[in-house]
Amino acid sequence: MLISKWKVWRSHGRQFIPDLQGVRLPETFRGRPQIEGPVPKLLAEELAQWCPVGALTAEPFTLDLGRCVFCNECAMRAPQHITFTSDYRLATTHRDALILREGNPDFIAFDEDQVRDCIHRLFGRALKLREVSAGGDNSTEMELNASMNVNFDFSRFGIDFVASPRHADGVVMTGPLTENMARALEICYNSVPAPRLLILAGSDAISGGLFAESPALDRRFLDRYRVDLYIPGNPVHPLTFIDGIMTLLGHYERTPWSEFQ
Amino acid sequence: MRTETILNRWLKVDPRSGRVPLKEIPRLAYSEWYDDLCQCLHEESCHVASYFGVPGPEGLWLICLVMDDLEGSVRIASYRYGRGEQRVLPSVTAVHPAMHVFEREITENFGVSFADSPWNKPLRYAHDRADWLHTMNDYPFYTIEGEALHEVNVGPIHAGIIEPGCFRFICNGEQIVHLEIMLGYQHRGVERLMRETENRLRQAVLCESIAGDSAVAHGTTYALLAETLSGQTVPETLEIERAIALELERIAIHIADTGALCTDIGYQLGQVACEALRTIVINTTQAWCGNRFGKGLIRPGGTYYPLTESLNERMLQNLEEVRRRFAEVTADLLDSASVLARFEDCGVLTCSQALRIGAVGMVARASGLKRDVRATHPTGAYRTMSHEPILVTEGDVFSRLKIRLEEVMQSIDYVRTFVGRWNEGREEVARPDYTSPWAPSSLAFACQEGWRGEIVHVGMTDEQGRLAAYKIQDPSLHNWMGLALAVRREGISDFPICNKSFNLSYCGHDL
Repeated sequence: MLISKWKVWRSHGRQFIPDLQGVRLPETFRGRPQIEGPVPKLLAEELAQWCPVGALTAEPFTLDLGRCVFCNECAMRAPQHITFTSDYRLATTHRDALILREGNPDFIAFDEDQVRDCIHRLFGRALKLREVSAGGDNSTEMELNASMNVNFDFSRFGIDFVASPRHADGVVMTGPLTENMARALEICYNSVPAPRLLILAGSDAISGGLFAESPALDRRFLDRYRVDLYIPGNPVHPLTFIDGIMTLLGHYERTPWSEFQ
Repeated sequence: MRTETILNRWLKVDPRSGRVPLKEIPRLAYSEWYDDLCQCLHEESCHVASYFGVPGPEGLWLICLVMDDLEGSVRIASYRYGRGEQRVLPSVTAVHPAMHVFEREITENFGVSFADSPWNKPLRYAHDRADWLHTMNDYPFYTIEGEALHEVNVGPIHAGIIEPGCFRFICNGEQIVHLEIMLGYQHRGVERLMRETENRLRQAVLCESIAGDSAVAHGTTYALLAETLSGQTVPETLEIERAIALELERIAIHIADTGALCTDIGYQLGQVACEALRTIVINTTQAWCGNRFGKGLIRPGGTYYPLTESLNERMLQNLEEVRRRFAEVTADLLDSASVLARFEDCGVLTCSQALRIGAVGMVARASGLKRDVRATHPTGAYRTMSHEPILVTEGDVFSRLKIRLEEVMQSIDYVRTFVGRWNEGREEVARPDYTSPWAPSSLAFACQEGWRGEIVHVGMTDEQGRLAAYKIQDPSLHNWMGLALAVRREGISDFPICNKSFNLSYCGHDL
């Protein structure tokens, strides 16, 4: 009985990643897009027409990372203009920073001034979050679980998901916010003691994403409360989530991709 | 008696070419349809794959697809329900409880009444339902009066990071007498969005998001359906690549669920070992297509991510590592009395219960019911292999764990076989095709065995070949009732492991 456990333990070895910022995702991973202009008008229109979520506009040519589902279709149709890099650092404090234009810088801007004063002071050393899925398809939910797993081990920094909103400092919402879930989400959010964080994880949560046009959503909750962090992704990669929270808390700094690599 | 004689009025379709012109679908009187269906469902080999209503100018057209496992075919027939008709139809659910999900949906969406239906409650509170007077807040929960009984409500938000759903227990002390599961919180209107767009890329991406943990399975089902409608045949290489992706998804989730079961009994060694193994598998998928869940990989007509020899080599290396280490985990779990004590004889779903509620997939196979469309209705690369489904008969939590342990190994073998076949006859794979015209006024269906079970999509086109209706059946739709039955007489503290052993999808049910 003990021998079988010893065998598992021996093969398991050491799994945790000592330096999370040292990890490089494979080339195929679709992170921050790089747009090389000028995109010809006809091509831009074709791309905008095919975008499954309306994340592209033709004139001027923009890509809204808060809507993008990272399907890669635009990059496949116009590889000379759009490439999805493996830069996973996508989270930001303001929605506008997710709207990318031709010749965008090689990082997603993160404006420290937008971070509320209390966040570094109160939550800088320990942050407990309550997750609410409101129409999420269970992929971002699984990735949030994975960020706490034996490889990523995010709780080493004092950051954890908790069962009760009463024990939490903020809410992480996933999913496009369905009408049927709107009430439960608001009750949960209001059960978190103030000051509280509101974090949107995944393209669905940020803009409704694929489901933005669906009459089955009710996103009015988001008009009433301030969002502290937007984390794009379909689903959000654990490293994107970890980087986003750590940058929000002031532990990581958002540097250009050329330096970060 | 075989379906040949029972369903002789129904149209027989080969699932490999699952397309029929709308006018060829038999239109029966309700009484004929009802008699045929009730009779054929007595056969263990028959179950309803899909049964749904399509509203039109003359009223409602209700179409039913029956899967016959013995002859490997699908039978289709329909009936009409006129506009403004007040007729109350005899309920099939009263005879065959498995039909409850379909009849509940038809009642909820279109207001058709079924007489003597034992459980005619709202299914998911869809936004376009017929009855707007009732909302989620006044769901008619079943109650039992009794001084010794109390009710426990769990949800819609649960303790962990999972999807929302409401569980209402009636308990006698610590023991569960009855569990009722109310869903609908995840309803996003996927079927409506599918028919409202002509952009087939959008349709493909929507299908990948029906249930994110089954992105490959739902994505493949859509791709097959789209190819059926356009009459395309894809190269065998592409079929093999899709099958590899599907088996990788099965391996990854089965390992994750094994770990999650260990988590729920506090067995940390099993938990962390499985977490690490799952990471290896999903990172293999990520190296292939850039997404750990395989999103973006499956597209109709072709793919942007063809396999390469170096990817295959790495995949096989990784899977051998997973096989070796998962075998150690398996041996350890089967050797740990404290683990087995929690799983054995807990949360039993008997074979006859599984049959009566229409259980599918691994839940059915854990109860000794052989339901696996890879064996009975194979498509793509599964056509040329003989797949023998793994069966366990006890139907308890341990059986559902055992199915997972064994299917991981089986799927690793399959990936090896597929890679061998891929090497033998490599063909050029085209890029995705979103524009080939679709057959007008037709019905098409496709089915795939995802890791949870049988996934069925049905699409109908109008005169211009655009989607007029799209129906999605996730295996969770049937299996949720299995969970409700399995926890009866268990301690309420065993509910988490029972729930985890089923691991059903909320969004796949709510759509």
